[in-house]
Amino acid sequence: MTGVTGMTQVASAGGTSDAVPSLWTIAAAGDKLQAPSIEYGKLSPVLIVLGAAAVGVLIDAFAPRKARYSAQLFVALAGLAAAFAAVIGLAASGAGTTKAQIAGMGALAVDGPTLFLQGTLLLVGIVGVFTFAERRLEPAGRGGRVDSFAAQPAAVPGGEGEQQAVKAGWTTTEVFPLLLFAVGGMLLFPAANDLLTLFIALEVFSLPLYLLCALARRRRLLSQEAAVKYFLLGAFSSAFLLFGTALLYGYAGTVNYSAIARVISGADAVSDPVLADTTGNDALLLIGGALVVMGLLFKVGAVPFHMWTPDVYQGAPTPVTGFMAAATKVAAFGALLRLLYVVLPGLRWDWRPVMWGVAILTMLGGAIVAITQTDIKRLLAYSSIAHAGFLLAGVIATSEDGISSVLFYLAAYSFVTLGAFAVVTLVRDAGGEATHLSKWAGLGRRSPLLAAVFAVFLLAFAGIPLTSGFAGKFAVFKAAAEGGAGALVVVGVIASAIAAFFYLRVIVLMFFSEPQADGPSVAVPSVMTTSAIALGVVVTVVLGVAPQYFLDLAGQAGVFVR
Amino acid sequence: MIGLLVGVPLLGAAVLLCGGRRLDRTGHWLGTLLAAVSFAIGAALFASMLGEDAESRAMHSKLFSWVPVEGFQADVAFQLDQLSMTFVLLITGVGTLIHLYSVGYMEHDPGRRRFFGYLNLFLAAMLLLVLADNYLLLYVGWEGVGLASYLLIGFWQHKPTAATAAKKAFIVNRVGDAGLAIAIFLMFTTFGTFAFAPVLSSAGDASEGQLTAIGLMLLLAACGKSAQVPLQSWLGDAMEGPTPVSALIHAATMVTAGVYLITRSGAIFNGAPDAQLVVVVVGAVTLLFGAIVGCAKDDIKKALAGSTMSQIGYMILAAGLGPIGYAFAIMHLVTHGFFKAGLFLGAGSVMHGMNDEVDMRRYGGLRKYMPVTFVTFGLGYLAIIGFPGLSGFFSKDQIIEAAFAKGGTEGWILGAVTLLGAAITAYYMTRVMLMTFFGEERWRQAPTPSPAEPDVEPAAETRGEHAEPHPHESPKVMTIPMIVLAFGSVFAGGIFKAGDSFVNWLEPVTAFEHGHSPVSATTVTAATVVSLVIGVGAAWFQYGRKPVPVVAPRGNLLTRAARRDLLQDDFNHVVLVSGGTHLTRSLVYVDHKVVDGAVNGTAATFGGLSGRLRRLQNGFARSYAVSMFGGAAVLIAATLLMRAV
Repeated sequence: MTGVTGMTQVASAGGTSDAVPSLWTIAAAGDKLQAPSIEYGKLSPVLIVLGAAAVGVLIDAFAPRKARYSAQLFVALAGLAAAFAAVIGLAASGAGTTKAQIAGMGALAVDGPTLFLQGTLLLVGIVGVFTFAERRLEPAGRGGRVDSFAAQPAAVPGGEGEQQAVKAGWTTTEVFPLLLFAVGGMLLFPAANDLLTLFIALEVFSLPLYLLCALARRRRLLSQEAAVKYFLLGAFSSAFLLFGTALLYGYAGTVNYSAIARVISGADAVSDPVLADTTGNDALLLIGGALVVMGLLFKVGAVPFHMWTPDVYQGAPTPVTGFMAAATKVAAFGALLRLLYVVLPGLRWDWRPVMWGVAILTMLGGAIVAITQTDIKRLLAYSSIAHAGFLLAGVIATSEDGISSVLFYLAAYSFVTLGAFAVVTLVRDAGGEATHLSKWAGLGRRSPLLAAVFAVFLLAFAGIPLTSGFAGKFAVFKAAAEGGAGALVVVGVIASAIAAFFYLRVIVLMFFSEPQADGPSVAVPSVMTTSAIALGVVVTVVLGVAPQYFLDLAGQAGVFVR
Repeated sequence: MIGLLVGVPLLGAAVLLCGGRRLDRTGHWLGTLLAAVSFAIGAALFASMLGEDAESRAMHSKLFSWVPVEGFQADVAFQLDQLSMTFVLLITGVGTLIHLYSVGYMEHDPGRRRFFGYLNLFLAAMLLLVLADNYLLLYVGWEGVGLASYLLIGFWQHKPTAATAAKKAFIVNRVGDAGLAIAIFLMFTTFGTFAFAPVLSSAGDASEGQLTAIGLMLLLAACGKSAQVPLQSWLGDAMEGPTPVSALIHAATMVTAGVYLITRSGAIFNGAPDAQLVVVVVGAVTLLFGAIVGCAKDDIKKALAGSTMSQIGYMILAAGLGPIGYAFAIMHLVTHGFFKAGLFLGAGSVMHGMNDEVDMRRYGGLRKYMPVTFVTFGLGYLAIIGFPGLSGFFSKDQIIEAAFAKGGTEGWILGAVTLLGAAITAYYMTRVMLMTFFGEERWRQAPTPSPAEPDVEPAAETRGEHAEPHPHESPKVMTIPMIVLAFGSVFAGGIFKAGDSFVNWLEPVTAFEHGHSPVSATTVTAATVVSLVIGVGAAWFQYGRKPVPVVAPRGNLLTRAARRDLLQDDFNHVVLVSGGTHLTRSLVYVDHKVVDGAVNGTAATFGGLSGRLRRLQNGFARSYAVSMFGGAAVLIAATLLMRAV
């Protein structure tokens, strides 16, 4: 990535050369090549997490099978916690506000939104590790307790190899480094300050997620199908992103965010003669910008790029679903915000109407299709699509309030999501998790506490006051209305009303229906899942009852460095 | 200090109601003591008030800011002026006596502690009502009185009649409460405030239409609490409560609230002659209505209830006369407070001695058995009929005079009505007196099962009991309050009248004008006495000369109608209940068909849409990719189109 920025610098500096710049010409102009300067301190959260991930790979390669689980758990938690401490330290030193800067030779922006989202992502990662590490739900094998991941992913589902691996009590401890890599990519994603870094970060966090999706211990075929679908469609969307990047480079002669923005606004002219035919071509800009945005809309699960969501959410192991649903949304919205606010503000009048349409379709589409879902994981998937629509309404506000409201919403939403999926892991019958809604009937009579906790999460999803969902939705809609998107808010409220129906339907089902005779039982989790759920409830209630401090925090973090 | 007036009985209510069984043995004395303390505070304030000049007697004390919103300021603040002071002394004074009486009356009742808690609550609410310095706080007291009356009327809730009566009182009162609420809304939109001082001082700035609207709504409120036509129906049934409650409701609290409200809002009514006219008409109609009902009732408490309605009618009428009548309305209110409390306590004493029998046709000749009750009741009787020299004479005579002074045809009509009312009052009160204390001892006759008489009010449950009552005088704790009240019945009017002291006392608050009656004061007095004699004479002819039949005769059409409270319940049932039933039925129909239809239709629409959209999710990655591709194409096209237009 640094190579490319260096290339453009060289190209613009050595404008006399007619040849297309390549690594060879750069190497030839050796004296002009600057050694990249890396602000290790500013990038420390990312470096720590990726470092921990590398350590995790080594552990899996060399540590004895028995010791892997605890070692991985320790490394993952320590790495994430240390990275979180680094984020706090950076924020305390003013890196988010007064000392916000572009780091890594223009590749990464370390500013308020970056730090806020990185902090959120790291907390989500920690809670994700808790749910990944839960080993009390599955019946213990001969080799000890096992988690929700496949005993031996490479074995054919239902084949002999799998049976032996299950009998041997093997577990896939690789999930921890995979999660760390994903988190590392996600930390980079909202911080990316040029299009290539964006793409690489996307791949860094997407590939581990594809793998993780395939690792379910039960219903492995469904899980593998989900992973393949996710991978295929993800690759397709990556192609969009990459193609858009190329077109934007053709337009601006650079992939750097602020440089593109300057070209769009006319502050800088592109002097590269190689690009003389394409620069300033608005079609390139519009199509390229649209393609890049679409690549991101795929990740947030916006209509019409949402169709992978229900299948993948349903098929993936539930801890992965929870982590992915929360963290991907945070990272992708962060990147989308930066792209739209830093690169394309000059095109506001072009992309806003289109985004209006996408937001309306996403809100209504998610809410309406969720009505007829019968599987709790698919229901939550469509719910996440509707929430992506609400978040888009905040994005469209194109104001500082828009940024901070989206940041707040993301923080609030991710903990509700993690908690809700963690609850889903606990409701089990003989076939594993009992995700069909009919099995949840009367859950409130058998396990009132668990049902009450889930009801809290559902109320937060529905945006009922005194939950974080209300505060977040209110902030987003307020920003959107003040940003001139009043009609969007009306649609959003209608979609919320539709969504309230299916959330409340689950509550009614849990509390006011007769339990089934062969209904599921509620597993007693270890302290891991318990703390994940408890944290979700606490965050939901605290952000709902006293949101002001956190709104202020998000408000301070609402400025992008350019 | 003013806050304590309300706070002490409120504390009593809280302690008694929350205190639990351990207060069962002492609770009634605690309640009585706190009522007395409140009276003592009132008396002390009264003494200090007398030390001031007439103009600077009003006291004001702000407790705290209740609703501090820009443009909407409501304080919990009290205003104690001469008008409030009068009410405070009446409420706490008579209230304390009734507490004391109840100690004896409720001696064997298992719920006595609760009863005293409610009594204290009643006092507190009523005091809040008369002490508030704004209409919003007054409304709190107003509702508190409604609540306490509900609790007390339905105190014996195991009796279905009592429970029904309580509900009836509550519901009818709600109608009036709605009027008060609307009046407050109108005040706020008209004046931007609802505190007494600014509203009343700027009443002149508002248009007559606005004032009339406010006045009529206040009148509706007053009709509810004071049992005036058309909201009078609850009062008779309210007799289901223990007798001290009836005394409290009828003498010291509750029914006087409407008179207070109209007098307090005098400035509004003064600017709205039409509203005043309606007030006067309501008063006059109720005056006759109550009196006629009172003539026909055989239940001693219901006869007295009709009398209360009628006497409050006098007060409302006087209050509707404007500055020539306010002071007399209040004066009659106070004297009425004495003698009506005395009469009710006397009636309770009679019932106490007669196994809770309430049918006067089963009384008779009781003067020998309960002399104290006889004398105190008799003095109350003389006072209420306006026997010259007693309280009622002075206050009622003034109202009749003021009615004539209204002037014009109205004046003559009102004067005639009030005189007629005085005659009927004399008639029915004499009837009560004769049937109860004179004549044969009809209770000795073996109670024959009465032939089915649908017109006759079902009397007390005890009718079926064949045990012969043994009339006896009530204990001292009951007779002493009666004696004290009898003194008030005899002397209060004369003291108030002497040197116009009462009128002068109230004048700074209510303003006073001397009415110019077309007939001289002497003539009015003479006419009053004549009508009194006619009423007493007629009653004596009917009930004194010949024996009273134990079973009520069928009576003429008017009598039968009057026994049914002049068909008030039938009217309400036909017009309001069936009308309301039809309205709600049609609303339910609309709700089912239109509202639910719309809701269910919307739900079905979205459900169907959902089912259809869901099919797009077919599980094939290839079709997902196609939809992504198509979506991308559309979005790009849209983006380019945006630029093109």
